[in-house]
Amino acid sequence: MLILTCPVCGVTSEETEFHAGGEAHLTRVGPAGDEEAFGDYLFTRENPRGVHFERWRHVYGCGKWFHAARCTTTLEVFGTYSAQTTEPPQAIRDRISQKRPGWIWRDFA
Amino acid sequence: MSEPVTALGGAVFETGIATVREEPVQGMITLRGDLEDSAVRAAAIGASGAEMPDRGTITTSEDASLAWMSPDELMLLCPHGEVPERLARLQEGLGDAHALAVNVSDARALLSVVGPKARDVLAKLCPVDLSPGAFTPGMFRRTRMAQVGAAFWMPTEETFRVVCFRSQTQYVFDVLTVAAQKGSDVGIWPDPTGGG
Repeated sequence: MLILTCPVCGVTSEETEFHAGGEAHLTRVGPAGDEEAFGDYLFTRENPRGVHFERWRHVYGCGKWFHAARCTTTLEVFGTYSAQTTEPPQAIRDRISQKRPGWIWRDFA
Repeated sequence: MSEPVTALGGAVFETGIATVREEPVQGMITLRGDLEDSAVRAAAIGASGAEMPDRGTITTSEDASLAWMSPDELMLLCPHGEVPERLARLQEGLGDAHALAVNVSDARALLSVVGPKARDVLAKLCPVDLSPGAFTPGMFRRTRMAQVGAAFWMPTEETFRVVCFRSQTQYVFDVLTVAAQKGSDVGIWPDPTGGG
């Protein structure tokens, strides 16, 4: 079972108190982008075995969105952090590097 | 003038490991705004008479309570008849602050679970660490109860008060009743009364 801590209200609970919101740190492609980039933005997602970054919402609690870094194979959560950021904070990346040396996720490592 | 009535007419379940009861009508005012804003804080304190609650807690004055719902939401609990007066006081205190205060008394219901095994009953339904050391009187928690949202706090060591949506009161009462069935105590925590 996935156990998450909401960084907004500090509550730790299992996944049924939250709602998954899909992949994190997507960059929107607007009218200026070409078809392929727009198609990628809409449909192409990571499907990693290992380190993954996701958006979650504390739906039964404070109602706020946040980000979570976790492992898809062990359900280990490396950390949760604010939704108001476009990339994982360095502290979270360092923690992942300690536990999963050499990890790569999209452009982050 | 119509009399306010509760959803279940004060239903009671007393034959299990804890008593489940629908409480009489309860005044509830929701206040949304920046809780760091001094005007919002002062208005909430002024209308309730209670202290400003910290994250995840509830504070109580003589006849009202203030519960922390989220970083931008408080709930003021007071006697049902006092809601219009307190709401007016709240609005006045808020002044021009960017905030919203609404009477939600009739949109919600209040139930209680009472008894030395009350923790067992709640722990079966909510993904919350309810061990005596982890959840204590004074804390306030919004969570999932079986399939619906709910919030609860402990006025005393053996009492839970549960707030849910009024339209879901029957469901919440029913799941609490099932979780409180006779002989269904889990026995994971020591009996606070010292019995077996």
